[in-house]
Amino acid sequence: MSKKIIINTAVCKGCGYCVAACPKKALSMSADFNPAGYHFTVVDEKACIGCGTCYTVCPDYVYSVVEE
Amino acid sequence: MTIIKKIPDKLGQHALCAGCGHGIVIRLIQEVLQELGQADNQIAVVGVGCICTATSALKVDRFQAAHGRACATAEGIKRVRPNVVVYTYQGDGDAYTIGIAESLNAAYRNENITMISINNTNFGMTGGQMSWTTLPGQKTETSVNGRDCELTGLPFHFPEMVANSQGFHVAYAARGTVNDVKSINQTKRMIRNAFEAQLNGEGFSVVEVLTACPTNWHMTPQQCQERISTSVESEYPVGEFKKRG
Repeated sequence: MSKKIIINTAVCKGCGYCVAACPKKALSMSADFNPAGYHFTVVDEKACIGCGTCYTVCPDYVYSVVEE
Repeated sequence: MTIIKKIPDKLGQHALCAGCGHGIVIRLIQEVLQELGQADNQIAVVGVGCICTATSALKVDRFQAAHGRACATAEGIKRVRPNVVVYTYQGDGDAYTIGIAESLNAAYRNENITMISINNTNFGMTGGQMSWTTLPGQKTETSVNGRDCELTGLPFHFPEMVANSQGFHVAYAARGTVNDVKSINQTKRMIRNAFEAQLNGEGFSVVEVLTACPTNWHMTPQQCQERISTSVESEYPVGEFKKRG
């Protein structure tokens, strides 16, 4: 059983709160743009522990946490 | 694969600016109401302000009140539907500068409603004009040389006012912020207390939340977090001013 996050990149506005808050520094900003014209976040799945910090600080409801 | 954390069912997507704190507060309200089992038993009364950009996110029964009159409208709804959870969601300009009569009357009569007010130290939706909560010296569209407190008065503290003034006997008054994980969790506990006060019939509860406004502060979201944790929180202390019971 491991936890991981799912990113809904289409609604990300690129504020960067999650990148700054991530305790494992697993999140970074993509160089690409989403359909709304913002840079979105990408996750390093090896580093991510699924703690949910990104879910807590995100104002745009980009993240959900799943267990598999 | 099981989902262990996702946004509440009653939330959709909003069109707020990047880095705006409103989105977090809306989510906290819906999380609390879902945990309390009241997700299908709520009426949101929204004021005029940036929240108008985010009403698409609130998939609940809601009423768009006239500017500043959200508390008066919520009182009316609560009196005819006493079993429904009724709360107002207002900005500082709507709740204080324009609607102080309604907000103070609701607090003074200890009406059994919950007021969530968002303090971003300016009028956000109309382009960043000075409001009562603007910090001394802060530059806005209508205080281009910085707020002059000799001329325009000092920053306004609503939760302290209704918690400590003679004649007021509100159930719960607190101020939180949504700057980091710790403060978001603290603010969620405050919002939970406020709704529990209403469910127990204790009377008026208010939670003011300090949020960032990157667009009108002309800062990046990270600079906004820095500003809130330093100058804004030193003017507006975070904490509970009137505890329940």
